[in-house]
Formats: sequence, C-alpha cells, structure tokens
Amino acid sequence: MDNLLEVENVSISFIQYTKGLNQRDLKVITDLTLDISEGEILAVLGSSGSGKSLLAHAIFGILPGNANLNGKIKFKGKELSQEDKEEIRGKNIVLVPQSVNFLDPLMKISDIAIGHCDSEEERKEKKIRQREIFEHYNLDPEVDDMYPFQLSGGMARRVLVSTALLADPDLVVADEPTPGLDEKTVEETLNHFKHMKDQGIGVLLITHDIHAALEVADRIGIFYSGYVIEIALKEDFSGDGENLLHPYTKSLFKALPANGFEVIKGHQPLHGEIIKGCPYYDRCDMKFDRCKEERPELVDVGNNKKVRCFKYEEGE
Amino acid sequence: MNKQKVAKYFGWKLIRFIVLMVAVAIFSFVLLDLSPIDPVNAYLHGTAVSEAQRAILEQYFGTNTPMTEKIFHWLMDLIRGDLGTSLIFRRPVIDVIIEKFTVSFVLMAISWIVSGVLGFALGVVAGKNKGTWIDKAVKVYCYAIQSAPSFWVGMLILMVFSVYLGWFPIGFGVPIGVRSTDATFMEWAVRLVLPTLTLSLVGLAPIAMYTRNELTQVLSSDYVLFAKSRGEKGWDLVKDHGIRNILLPAITLQFLSFSELFGGAVLVEQVFSYPGIGQTAVAAGLQNDVPLFLGIVIISAIFVFVGNLLADISYYFIDPRIKENEFND
Repeated sequence: MDNLLEVENVSISFIQYTKGLNQRDLKVITDLTLDISEGEILAVLGSSGSGKSLLAHAIFGILPGNANLNGKIKFKGKELSQEDKEEIRGKNIVLVPQSVNFLDPLMKISDIAIGHCDSEEERKEKKIRQREIFEHYNLDPEVDDMYPFQLSGGMARRVLVSTALLADPDLVVADEPTPGLDEKTVEETLNHFKHMKDQGIGVLLITHDIHAALEVADRIGIFYSGYVIEIALKEDFSGDGENLLHPYTKSLFKALPANGFEVIKGHQPLHGEIIKGCPYYDRCDMKFDRCKEERPELVDVGNNKKVRCFKYEEGE
Repeated sequence: MNKQKVAKYFGWKLIRFIVLMVAVAIFSFVLLDLSPIDPVNAYLHGTAVSEAQRAILEQYFGTNTPMTEKIFHWLMDLIRGDLGTSLIFRRPVIDVIIEKFTVSFVLMAISWIVSGVLGFALGVVAGKNKGTWIDKAVKVYCYAIQSAPSFWVGMLILMVFSVYLGWFPIGFGVPIGVRSTDATFMEWAVRLVLPTLTLSLVGLAPIAMYTRNELTQVLSSDYVLFAKSRGEKGWDLVKDHGIRNILLPAITLQFLSFSELFGGAVLVEQVFSYPGIGQTAVAAGLQNDVPLFLGIVIISAIFVFVGNLLADISYYFIDPRIKENEFND
C-alpha cells in the first residue's frame, strides 16, 4: 500500500516572552514522525494538552501566526508547501473537529456543511449530496435548518463527520472526536471511521482515549512529551504487553484497569522542560548511561513498527 | 415564538420606559430648581421693575411654592403633553422642539448612517488585513479622532473647506437674509455637508475600532479555523463567517451611540451655527430658559431610550439564538 500521508521529523514551536523582552522558543512538538496508508486508521495517542491538535493544524496549514513549523509533511509522496496545503485542504484532506464550537454559530447546519459556493448550480448540487450524506447518518431534514446550538451531542458528532465526507476525501484527520460523549455515541462515531476505512480512506485519529484508539486503529503512535516514541500495531496491545517495545508503552498498557492498574511514578516533562537525552529517561526502569545525554532516534523495527529507544537499536 | 411573549417583552420595556422617564423628569427638575437660576430674573432679562410687579411675577411663576408641589405640577403637565412655554421663543416648548429636532434629525440621521457604514467597512478592512499598513492607518486615524474633541474637529473642517478652499458656506441652515421656508433645496443641502461630515468622521472611529477587534477575534475562532481547513479563504471567508458574526455587536454599538450622536450634534451645531436642537439646547442653557431646557432633556432621554430599544430588537432579527430565548426575558 502506498503511503497517503507521511509526517517526518515535524517540530512545532512558539516564540514566548518570558521576562521583559526576553524571548524563548517553546517547543511543543519536538519530533513527530508517522505515516498513514490508504484504508488505514492510525491513532496518535497522547495525553491532554500535549499539543496533539497542533499536528492536525500543521497538516492543514492553519497553525497560528506565531507558530514555527519545521520538518516535512508529504501527501501522496509530495512534500506540501503552505500553498499546497491551501490547495488540497477541504478536497483531498478533511478535518473532523473536536466539538460543535467549530461550527459557525450563526449559520444553518446545511449551509455550514455545504460551505462556500461560487454559483447557484453548485449550491444545488452540493445540497443534494449533503442531504444524501445526512440521510446516511440519520440526520433528518429538520437538522438542515437548525443552528449549531440546537444540536445534541450525538447529532453534532454526526454532523461533523458528515461534513468531512461531503468532499470525498482521501484522508480524514479526526481531532479528539470522542470526549464528552456517551458510550453509545462513541461507539457510533468510531464505527463511522471504520466505514471510512472500508471505503479506502486513510484516517488519522488524534486522541487521548486509549480505548477508542484500540477499538478502531490499525496502528497506534504513542506521543510522549513532544515525541513519537513508538508506533505499535493494535495487536501488540494484548496479553501482557510483551510485544510492545517502548518501556512507556508497556507501562501505559499495564496501567489500564484490565491489565493490572499499575501506575508509574513521575509525570511527562512539560513543554519547555526539554531535556538533552531521552524524554523518558527519568521514569525509565531499563535505562542505559547514554540515555541521559543522547536522544534516541525513531527507528524502523520492521513490520510497520517503529520505536525510539536505544534498547532496540542495532548493536545494543 | 408567540405573540404573548412578544407582548410581555414590550410590556416590560414600556414599564422600564415609564420608570426611566419619571426618574429623568424628577431629577432634572430638582437639579434645575436647586440651581441659582431664578425664573423671574430670567424672564425679565434685567429689565427694571417695581417690587410690586416682581411680586406678581413671583406669584405667576410660583417661585415660593414648595418643591414637592412644583414637581407634582410638572409631572401632571408632562403627562398631558404640556411642556410649558419657552422664554426665548415665546412659543410652546413642544413646538420649538419639534421644529428644531426635525432640522437636526436630517443631520443626525445622515451622520449616523454614514459613520455606521463607513466605520464598519473600515473596521472590516483593517481586521482582515491585521498588521498591514492599511490596518495601521485605520488605527492611527481612529485613535487620533477619538482623542480629539468633536468641536475642534469641526473647527478644522470649517477652516479647511470653508475658509481656505471656500467650497462650502461657513455655517447656518440657510443663506443669511433668506427665510428658512424660502431657501432652495441646494442652499439648504450645501450647508448640511460640513456638519454631517464632522459628525460622521468623529462617529466612525469607535465603530471602526470595535469592528476591527471583533473581526480579528472571529478570524482566530475555532469555526473560522474549521472553515479554513475546508478550503475557504480570503474575502469569501470573511463574508460567509466574519460579517454575520460581527454585524450584531456592531449594530448594537451603533444604536447605543445615539447618546454620543446627540452630544456630538450639540457641539457641532454650535460650531457651524446650525439651527438645530443642539444649538437650541445651548441657547436654552445659557439664557436660563428652564422649560425649554427641561423639554430637551426629556426628548433626548426618549431619543437614547429608543436607540437602545432598537438595538435590542435588532438582535432578534439577526441572532437565531436570541430568537429562541430573548422573549422569555
């Protein structure tokens, strides 16, 4: 399968004023690497507030003006410039946003879904397609004339997912699509992503919900302190977690209630607490001396898996 | 939304209006009564009279009646629509106000519309191009004009366009020596240009600054981010998502500016000797014409109240969220 989206060594930083006019470069994402193929769901799993959403914004070229983006983002093998992103966004790649706040509060749902049209014919065409997709997602014709504040949580979620499919995309980026929803709606939402996958659409699921990730994803990228530290297969999250590679992923798996509820000490280093060596150094129980000073690279360990740990590097 | 709710809504507004009017009527009356203005002296204009004649006049104006009784009379007359007789014009106050207000109304209405439309447009252009030279130019203009008193701006405009360039007459509502009823439309319109220009230029600053800030906020909102992610951009984006979301606060602000409009008209009419309600208010104040002055206070209170009411009503037509909730008030 061809790679649909490749994100290579992406870092995002913000210029921050500390004391007076002193500036510092606050790195929120230090090294993010991942790839998605057609018909694949890749989850990026990271804690809340770790800057995961910035990845989505970086792909769409909608980062705030004071953000600094480095690294490569490739779509279908072609590196994307800001202009390219503006060209393909909303067509080849679409965003499923977090919440109803991403819908214009003063616009009717169908108008938001249809988006800007240059002509009346275009509007009519899109309106028909919008109705079809809404129908498919169990959204009644009344919903078309509602305003965002009138939607229930589940309806809002279905509307957000439907807006994504109106464009007939190759890749869907879903930014935290599950929090605040009841179990049934979560299930329903995740099923929508499975359907997309079946249609050959690649899905990048950005989430902090490990259950959601395990439920639908083919592979899971673990995001820790601004780094992707491991990209594991879904099947590896089973048994005793013996197939998981990185010590953090292992302990994350063991921390689940079903797998022992073991919690490790310490916390993720915050943005700006950048350490020289491995970001997991302080909490790791199998660290080497070199981990303190050197930062491991994300290496391919075959079978579509990657890990950032010296333990798995050749010669160790 | 049903009729009953609307009726209830306007019922409440009406009660508030009555309470406000009574309060304004009483307070302004008490303040003027406590002021050193003596109606008899004001009436006499310094004419020498005998003690006996003065006593008759005091009797006539009721200077020695207790204040509570005076207030009561004032309110009773007010309810009957009798605002008294102007000392300057020797005509019923209500007639004077209607005549002068009509003259000012044209001035204020045009300025209101021009400042609203122009201010909004400038704000949108500046907000869309935040940080560019256009934005900076708009900002500098707005800060400068907001810091400058409107009568001073009026004087500058008068100097430039009337004195140096000579494009417009220096002032008055109609040419000197012509009765206002005999003046042609052009003679009248040409004298309206400079006062309107002044009021508009002054009035557009707050609305432009406000619109600019609102738009930059909307443009960094989540829903604009989402719209961008769907490929919308440029003016279409501003048109589809920006304008609608900033129009409501802008309209509100513009209706709320009725008070500043009235205050501005007072100063500008004075500068341009434009015979409107503003100039009349100044004359009434300076010449101790208490009935006329009180009448203008009442009318201006109504004027500002109507502005606020219109702002409230405009919400209903623009914001769907309020359509559902507001009339539950």
